[in-house]
Amino acid sequence: MKVVLKNLTKIFPNRNKKIHSDVIAVSDFDFEIPDGKLIGLLGPSGCGKSTVLNLISGLETPTKGRILFGDDDVTDLPPENRGVGLVFQNYALYPHMTVRQNIMFPLQNLKGDKKPSKEEMERRVLEAAKLVQIDHLMDRKPSEMSGGQQQRVAIARALVKMPAVLLLDEPLSNLDARLRLQTREELRRIQRETGITTIFVTHDQEEAMSISDMIVVMETGVMQQMGAPQTVYDDPVNLFVAKFLGTPPINVFAGEVKGETLYLGGTAVLSVPGAPDGAVTVGVRPEGFILDETGPFEGALSRVEVMGRDTSVIFTHPQCVSGDIRAIISAENRVDESKPAVRFSLKPHKTHLFAADTGERVRFKDR
Amino acid sequence: MKGKNLKSWLYLLPAVIFLACFMVYPLVDVVVYSLEEGYNSASQTYTGVGIYNFSYVLRDPYFLQAVKNTLILVVITVPLSTGLALLISVGLSSIKKLRELFQTVYFLPYVTNTLAVGLVFMILFKKTAYTDGLVNLMISWFGGQGVDFIDGPYWAKMFVLCFYTLWIVMPFKILILTSALASVNKNYYDAAKLDAATPWRIFTRITLPMISPSVFYLIITGFIGAFKAYSDAVALFGVNLNAAGMNTIVGYVYDMLYGNSGGYPSYASAAALILFAIVFTITCINLTVSRDHVYY
Repeated sequence: MKVVLKNLTKIFPNRNKKIHSDVIAVSDFDFEIPDGKLIGLLGPSGCGKSTVLNLISGLETPTKGRILFGDDDVTDLPPENRGVGLVFQNYALYPHMTVRQNIMFPLQNLKGDKKPSKEEMERRVLEAAKLVQIDHLMDRKPSEMSGGQQQRVAIARALVKMPAVLLLDEPLSNLDARLRLQTREELRRIQRETGITTIFVTHDQEEAMSISDMIVVMETGVMQQMGAPQTVYDDPVNLFVAKFLGTPPINVFAGEVKGETLYLGGTAVLSVPGAPDGAVTVGVRPEGFILDETGPFEGALSRVEVMGRDTSVIFTHPQCVSGDIRAIISAENRVDESKPAVRFSLKPHKTHLFAADTGERVRFKDR
Repeated sequence: MKGKNLKSWLYLLPAVIFLACFMVYPLVDVVVYSLEEGYNSASQTYTGVGIYNFSYVLRDPYFLQAVKNTLILVVITVPLSTGLALLISVGLSSIKKLRELFQTVYFLPYVTNTLAVGLVFMILFKKTAYTDGLVNLMISWFGGQGVDFIDGPYWAKMFVLCFYTLWIVMPFKILILTSALASVNKNYYDAAKLDAATPWRIFTRITLPMISPSVFYLIITGFIGAFKAYSDAVALFGVNLNAAGMNTIVGYVYDMLYGNSGGYPSYASAAALILFAIVFTITCINLTVSRDHVYY
């Protein structure tokens, strides 16, 4: 089922009674999530991601705006009538119930003719458990299971009532690094198998990029950009998105455009046809540097990190505002570490210009 | 290793000495007293050793009355006070406005002096030559027949004692239960709500199991506390509890030691040991029953 958010706004009164201004958790959210897709809601801590999730689930009521599932307006429906499954960040498994009882709980709550028979319940519980591969642990209590297993139970519990929309709040944040990799693949598989529209919240951009059909980047309650992960990465609309996506992060410089040419500290480094004159913030992806003896961009070499597959060159530049600069080049290149300086040329499509004051993208023709 | 052992015993020594002097010795002494027949506290002599003291106490009508009173008190007040406290705590945690005010109000009896409260209860319930008391006045408004709750029929006196006990023990239970309820993660309620659980189901399937350790604690301490009731009865009916027919087991022990019929530490010790046996049995039953119903 597709999910449509229209001008969604949530304002919380300030907890501190001395401050009278309200906290705007979500501001004028407007987007449509296509049916059957996996969407990553991405942003730094405290940007309102979880609030968006709570609004969709109905645990919070919006201050303004509408929420539609398909063509039905569910804004005024209580959470239990919306048909959403929510996996909490801490899983919220009932500690006194076994896995079986936990998964069965939503089914037992159904009323009237919607309530399945005992055998039907057993069947559906087993089916959900098999989907997340925990059917051999049915009689354990949550405390007797690992974090990853608990998370699977939480997903099974959310899926067993066949929700229209599945919501996951930081689903991987409580898992260790290796399990996280494995579980995110699992999440992708489960979503594919069930075809349920799934929205998950994360602050980890790698997580969001790796499995989402589409990511939504937000900051301080405002949606910044939405699109396929690669598109958002390659074509950020503003400095925030550019900085937030990518590990290692984008390198940021203070520069200036004069006569369709980009200058960093008085040196012309790149031709930028179509860009207006003025001060700009320049973002260069680590993979946007080409090692070039005659290149226009010169930095003071700090060190070289060899990773095997590729090589990181760490250097400094007076115009850089983001600390050390990291360039990732293919391992075939050999950097002469005896020289104090290193020279690069820049890839135009990996170099982004942003207005120095607003951080909005300044576009130029890169080909 | 040996030196280490000695050192650790040395560390324990102060505690061991105090416990031995003020806990172990008196406890052993109680058992000894209870077995010494015809013990005279003035001359510190006794005529023999045996279980006569127990058979005397168990045949003493005053003791049997005390046991009956105590049992009625326990059976009525423990479940009722726990249930009511649960109800009030759930109410308290679901309101937002004035919650602190109500919490304070419900906790006030805990910090009020037992005897002062007893006085207030006497004014509420006692019939004198000048007034019938507030409660009787209210009964008469509804066309009922007044009754003397302090010096009247047994059921009326029992009612006042139970009522009073409830009033005294509830605040502590409410305090424990509200804090237990507050410590339940809100996520569980959110999850249950999303799973379309009705409020009653949320209460019985989620809330109650989550706070069951606290409830169980209150039931155990409630039983023990009610079996040891004494000051409440004194506050209401004065020191001559046998005459009022409202004595409790602890009251009987006290009377045997210091009351008008006092000076019989052997009977007192025997009664105290019988009380201990009852409380011990009940606590064991509680622990067994709770094993299936308490989730830690």
